[in-house]
Amino acid sequence: MQDLKEVQRRIYPPMVEGDHTLATVTDKISDVPLKKKTPFHWFIGFGIAFMIAQMLMMTIIWLLAKGIGIWGTNQPVGWAFPIINFVWWIGIGHAGTLISAILLLLNQKWRTSINRFAEAMTLFAVACAGLYPVFHTGRPWLAYWLFPYPNTMSIWPQFRSPLVWDVFAVSTYATVSLLFWYVGLIPDLATLRDRAKNKYFKFVYAIFSWGWRGSARHWHRFELAYLILAGISTPLVLSVHSIVSLDFSVSQIPGWHATFFPPYFVGGAIYAGFAMVLILCIPLRHLYNMKDFITHTHLVYMGKVMMATGFIVGYSYLFEAFFGWYSASQYEWFMIKSRIWTGPYWYMYWLLLLCNVSAIQLLWFKRFRNSEVWLFIVSIFVSIGMWLERFVIIVGSIHHDFLPSSWGMYSPTVFDISMFVGTLGFFFTLIYLFVRFLPMISIFEVRTLLPEANVHGHQEDFEENVVEIEYTYDRTDPPNA
Amino acid sequence: MPSKDSKQNFAALRDKILSQNGKEYWRSVEEFVDAPEFKEFVTREYPAQAEEWDSSLSRRNFVKVMGASLALAGLSGCVMQPPEKIVPYVHADPDLIPGKPLYFATGMTLGGVTTGLLAKSYDGRPIKVEGNPDHPGSQGATDVLAQASLLNMYDPDRSQEVTYRSTPKTWPNFVTELRGKVNENRVDNGAGIRFLTETITSPTLIDQFKQLSAELPGARWHQYEPINNDNAIAGAKLAFGSPVHTIYKFDKADRVLSLDADIFSDFNVGYIKDYSKKRQWSEENKDINRLYVVESSVSITGSKADHRLTVKPSEMPEIAKAIAAALGVGGATQANNNNAAWINAMAKDLMAFKGRSVVVPGRGQSPVVHALAHAMNAALGNVGQTVVYTDPLSPNSDKLQIDQLRELVADIDAGKVKILVIIDGNPVYNTPVDLKLNEERLNKVPLRVHLGEYYDETGELCHWHISGKHYLESWSDGRAYDGTASIKQPLINPLYDSHNAHELVQLFFKENYDKKDYDIVKGYWQTQNLNSVSAAPAAAPETAKTAAATAAPSASPAASAPKPSASPAAGATTAAPVVPKNFEDNWRKVVHDGVIPNSAPQPKTVSATTAFLGQPPAPAPANGGDLEIIIQTDPCIYDGRFSNNGWLQELPRPLNKITWENVGLISPKTAARLGVNRSYKERELGGGDEGYAFINTKGGNKFSDLVTVTYQGAQIQKGVPMWITPGQPDDVITVFLGYGRTKAGRVGTGLGYNAYDVRRSDAMYNGTGSVAPTGERTEIASTQIHFNMEGRDLLRVWDLEEFNNNEKLGEQEDFYPESMFPYEQHQETYAKNHKWGMTVDLNSCVGCNACVIACQSENNIAVVGKEQVNRSREMHWMRIDAYYGGDDLSNPTGPAFQPVLCQQCEQAPCEVVCPVHATVHSAEGLNDMTYNRCVGTRYCSNNCPYKVRRFNFLLFQDWDTPQFKLMRNPEVTVRSRGVMEKCTYCTQRIAAARIEAEKDGRAVRDGEAVTACQSVCPTDAIIFGDMHDKESKVAKTKSDRRNYNLLNELNTQPRTTYLAGLKNQNKEMPDFRAPKPHSGMMGAERGEPEAE
Repeated sequence: MQDLKEVQRRIYPPMVEGDHTLATVTDKISDVPLKKKTPFHWFIGFGIAFMIAQMLMMTIIWLLAKGIGIWGTNQPVGWAFPIINFVWWIGIGHAGTLISAILLLLNQKWRTSINRFAEAMTLFAVACAGLYPVFHTGRPWLAYWLFPYPNTMSIWPQFRSPLVWDVFAVSTYATVSLLFWYVGLIPDLATLRDRAKNKYFKFVYAIFSWGWRGSARHWHRFELAYLILAGISTPLVLSVHSIVSLDFSVSQIPGWHATFFPPYFVGGAIYAGFAMVLILCIPLRHLYNMKDFITHTHLVYMGKVMMATGFIVGYSYLFEAFFGWYSASQYEWFMIKSRIWTGPYWYMYWLLLLCNVSAIQLLWFKRFRNSEVWLFIVSIFVSIGMWLERFVIIVGSIHHDFLPSSWGMYSPTVFDISMFVGTLGFFFTLIYLFVRFLPMISIFEVRTLLPEANVHGHQEDFEENVVEIEYTYDRTDPPNA
Repeated sequence: MPSKDSKQNFAALRDKILSQNGKEYWRSVEEFVDAPEFKEFVTREYPAQAEEWDSSLSRRNFVKVMGASLALAGLSGCVMQPPEKIVPYVHADPDLIPGKPLYFATGMTLGGVTTGLLAKSYDGRPIKVEGNPDHPGSQGATDVLAQASLLNMYDPDRSQEVTYRSTPKTWPNFVTELRGKVNENRVDNGAGIRFLTETITSPTLIDQFKQLSAELPGARWHQYEPINNDNAIAGAKLAFGSPVHTIYKFDKADRVLSLDADIFSDFNVGYIKDYSKKRQWSEENKDINRLYVVESSVSITGSKADHRLTVKPSEMPEIAKAIAAALGVGGATQANNNNAAWINAMAKDLMAFKGRSVVVPGRGQSPVVHALAHAMNAALGNVGQTVVYTDPLSPNSDKLQIDQLRELVADIDAGKVKILVIIDGNPVYNTPVDLKLNEERLNKVPLRVHLGEYYDETGELCHWHISGKHYLESWSDGRAYDGTASIKQPLINPLYDSHNAHELVQLFFKENYDKKDYDIVKGYWQTQNLNSVSAAPAAAPETAKTAAATAAPSASPAASAPKPSASPAAGATTAAPVVPKNFEDNWRKVVHDGVIPNSAPQPKTVSATTAFLGQPPAPAPANGGDLEIIIQTDPCIYDGRFSNNGWLQELPRPLNKITWENVGLISPKTAARLGVNRSYKERELGGGDEGYAFINTKGGNKFSDLVTVTYQGAQIQKGVPMWITPGQPDDVITVFLGYGRTKAGRVGTGLGYNAYDVRRSDAMYNGTGSVAPTGERTEIASTQIHFNMEGRDLLRVWDLEEFNNNEKLGEQEDFYPESMFPYEQHQETYAKNHKWGMTVDLNSCVGCNACVIACQSENNIAVVGKEQVNRSREMHWMRIDAYYGGDDLSNPTGPAFQPVLCQQCEQAPCEVVCPVHATVHSAEGLNDMTYNRCVGTRYCSNNCPYKVRRFNFLLFQDWDTPQFKLMRNPEVTVRSRGVMEKCTYCTQRIAAARIEAEKDGRAVRDGEAVTACQSVCPTDAIIFGDMHDKESKVAKTKSDRRNYNLLNELNTQPRTTYLAGLKNQNKEMPDFRAPKPHSGMMGAERGEPEAE
């Protein structure tokens, strides 16, 4: 039976390490917002992030006062940092919903300990992303004209424009993600309400937990709602970035006008999203000592997903270049040549390949895959690489388009950079607030992973599988040979 | 309350003053009194050394003082206001319909050449300048300078008052002072009085000076301006023994040889018009003229040449001699020439067109070249055919301007000059360095008066500065290139307390000194026999000829007659032509028409000799270095007088698209040899792999090395940024005048380097020198950074002979995949309405930029400044693309020019992507832009393959300066920040034409709706109209087989199309380029037309 345990660990690694009971799980997670003294590193991190977020605010104030000319955007490069950053953030925002919804539907247990903050990350990334389309317009105070609201002039948005599709796609995604996250939070909010000593906290948690009492009927409805929301979210994961990619596909600029953009962008988005989840959870599990819940196994799994999506992205790069040649269009082929070696931004392309294609090759090797440090480094590379990818696509295509007389160059100004860094600050500010005031890991779901929660049902699944494994085991070498 | 001491001192001083009757004029009371007590009094007056108060301030005194102060405060409001008539219109002037513009004929003079203009007046404000179709120097077109002159009038930096040593004064102050001084000088017949003017051809002003010389025989009048006809005059004297003025008839010339003459940059656009008449290609007339250019720097004329030869400036006389020898000019020898094959083939061609060819020398060429050109024209039998000689239009022409300046400087140095009156011009800035009217020299003149539109470098050094009237504010007259006189009338009361040359010169007369310019000009023409001149049939269209110009000059110009523009729609009133009877009628007619018929001088018969060839060559200036340096006027701001004009500053230079700056042009090989702009790799210089063309820079980082330029021993003070220019001869640097102004205004001050630092009277246009890198770099704002078509089928230029012989050439195949969106549904709408379209004839276009400025003026387009141009955010709705061709970077073809404006696509890519319906299609096929609705996503601009949309990244419009509010076209929205804008085919002009047509219940006729770019074009390259009207010019050009769509393969169905350029090459020339094989399809691999 000892061998069997070993096999079980290998085939179905436990999603919760250590000797946890239902009570200790609840204590450990709920203590962070409720009981523990706010750790010093939180103040440091939050302080820095908050200051950087102020930079975002100052940039926006200056932007509204002066106009978007404070950025480096120009003619012909009408879209630059703001749209790059928008697509980048939206891409990052994909992992949360993917983890929550698709993995839920696919019954992947390991999603449980990371879904909460992955969803939070999604929300915050979408919030950061949402700033850009509004503020990148020349007259942001009129950006609401993109919404189909009834007005006295009876003017509707133009539904042929992908930007209008974007409005719907992103706002739907943001709404559903928020609901999904919030619905998932309700049982935990109730737990916090019950355990909170501070009456103000108790009051606020009470308000937001909607009188959750944990009755069987509550649980029944909760499960149903959660499943439905997961069902709604699943196509959204695919649709949002597909539609974002149509902003480019629908136009006719060489380098934008490509039919395979939707899957390419979705693959890239999941890639970037997992990288960001890794970037966040590797420090978090250390700082808050959550290694029992966010286990080594989780990291390895995420690394594998990242690798898989990385290959989708790499494949796309290959075929982008191939189509440029195969199209026999001189503009397309020129664009590819310019992107790869003759153009002024060729180095961006090679950096992109280094980050997005070369770096993940490390994950073939167990040594790197099992190393938190290497995973973290690779994730950083991937995040940068995905930003570069958008730069290459957006600026790299449009700066040299049809008429050479109108070619131009783009270089960011200090405000482009402060806006981007500012959104990073804003993002981390929200993340810090989240870990301080809300359970960063889903308490009730993690509890379902414990053996106590599996007195019936799930254990049987396991045993069926084990029989299968044993069957295989009989015929092959011992697993630990 | 001053102290007792003060009171006593003051009483003493007052006595002293009253007892004085010393100097009549003084600058200050101190100077007048000149007493030590007074000086002490003055110094003690100030609080720092104030005397102690010796009485305490009592309540009673306090109340008294307060009361007095209040009363005095009220007094200051008692200044006499000028009388104003407040009678409203009971019966309005029938010509003045509010909201409807009127046109008045006027004219602008530059370098002594007047171009007739029609100024568009909107409620009494001139808002646009058009050419006067009746005027020979305009023929309905203008150049950039005339277009942009409107901005000069409204320039808030213009001088606004009479000043004495920069203290505000009034005109009466000045009159009193000046007349006193003049009276003093009458003793010796005004021997100390000197006038310095620019080139004057105004008959009235010439007459004034003539009369003045009778009254003050000792007074002298000198003419000098930096760009003048000295060499032409000297050349004429060499050839004919007397100065003559040369008039060319390009409309009769089939073969043109330019010896460094930049015909297409001429202020006198009549020449470009004439030239283009011979250049027009049609199925009926397949023979077009041929242009040979020999030049020593790059120019748009050279770019358009069928055959271009570049030589060093020093070689030019030898080349000219060799050509003359080949043409059979007696005495000319062909010695030591490397270009014999080129010259002989060209000469043979010219000889075949005797009497139908013309040789034109450039004004920068030496007198010998001019004289040789006269001899060549004589040998070719062109005299009387394509070349006409008359007497010089400007008086004292037997004396070169530089000599006139030299005399003036000598007189100043000798202390002979008591009063120096500088009328227009900026001699302190633009005189040659060896004859500089600098501070030291001017201080030798006891009284200096400057009349000018700007308080500039010269105004600063003069005692009195009189703010000059802009030509749109003043009455004057002038002569066109062929001598035709015209009256210039004002469009508006002077905005400031300004005066013009006529009024200033009039002050020197004993009698009638305070006449207004209107009386002076009219008075002069009263002495002329206008009856005889008007006997000739006027070419003017039938127009309302009402109370023209009878109004006093101060009256509103609204009282003058309206004049229809080139577009009859703007003033369709028709009245029976008035038969002139008396002077008043004649006067009204000539003011109205803007042309005085038959006023051109009669042709003069002169015969050229070649005796000058035997003379020893003029001594060359000392050798200053191993490079030859050419000094040219700036293509946009001319000699510097337009340097405060933002439109011109931001106008891309035709060949290299540089704005806001002057650079030094250098050939690629010389740059490599000198290590200038070196860090750029060959590929970056070449800018692509489809044959060589040119970018000066890597991508958009427009960096240039700063070098010190030494010319004839003197050094340009500021560093000169180098700009690698294909086609520039090796070892020749071209520098440009007009920059380095120290007192131009807030726009022009401090930009660029000043080439006048080194210009010498013995080397005005070229000389020798050297350059040395300073190690510094600068960023140049250029609107185009890539000059290579990359093998794309964008700008078509066909070889004429091949094109004439191959009927299939140029056909554009339109096949597109089936679309889900049916194209025909729009066609049904278009079929019911006007279908506006435009063609741009690339064969005619010479890249002169006039359309760009016309568009800017018509459509209230903002100037963005150098930094924003550097960020490529210029706002021009129209641009002229330039592409080089050929494989040799040192000797490329072109650049060829392609004006690009909104193509008004029927399948517009911009429209489908706008999320808010801000850009939509009109039923007449225009791609309309709704500024109000635009939120500024810039998606439309991204998706526009022609990149003709412009975005207001910042608040580029000046919304505060009151002058600019007056200047703007009220029919065009002034766009705000955050809004996209673009060419609308001048939709306001179309609307005006449509309204006129609807009043008559008919369709708009061809030629009624005229876009701003079309109306200004000196070559008629832009044709606009209704494509439904089969008889319209535009419909005909659309069926021309040169017609093609730009980026046709994108299926945008543009309404703007292009007529391919043609190159009329001579097969016998050594530089003949055989056309590449074609298969009639687009694309590099399938054989594209040769990029010129």
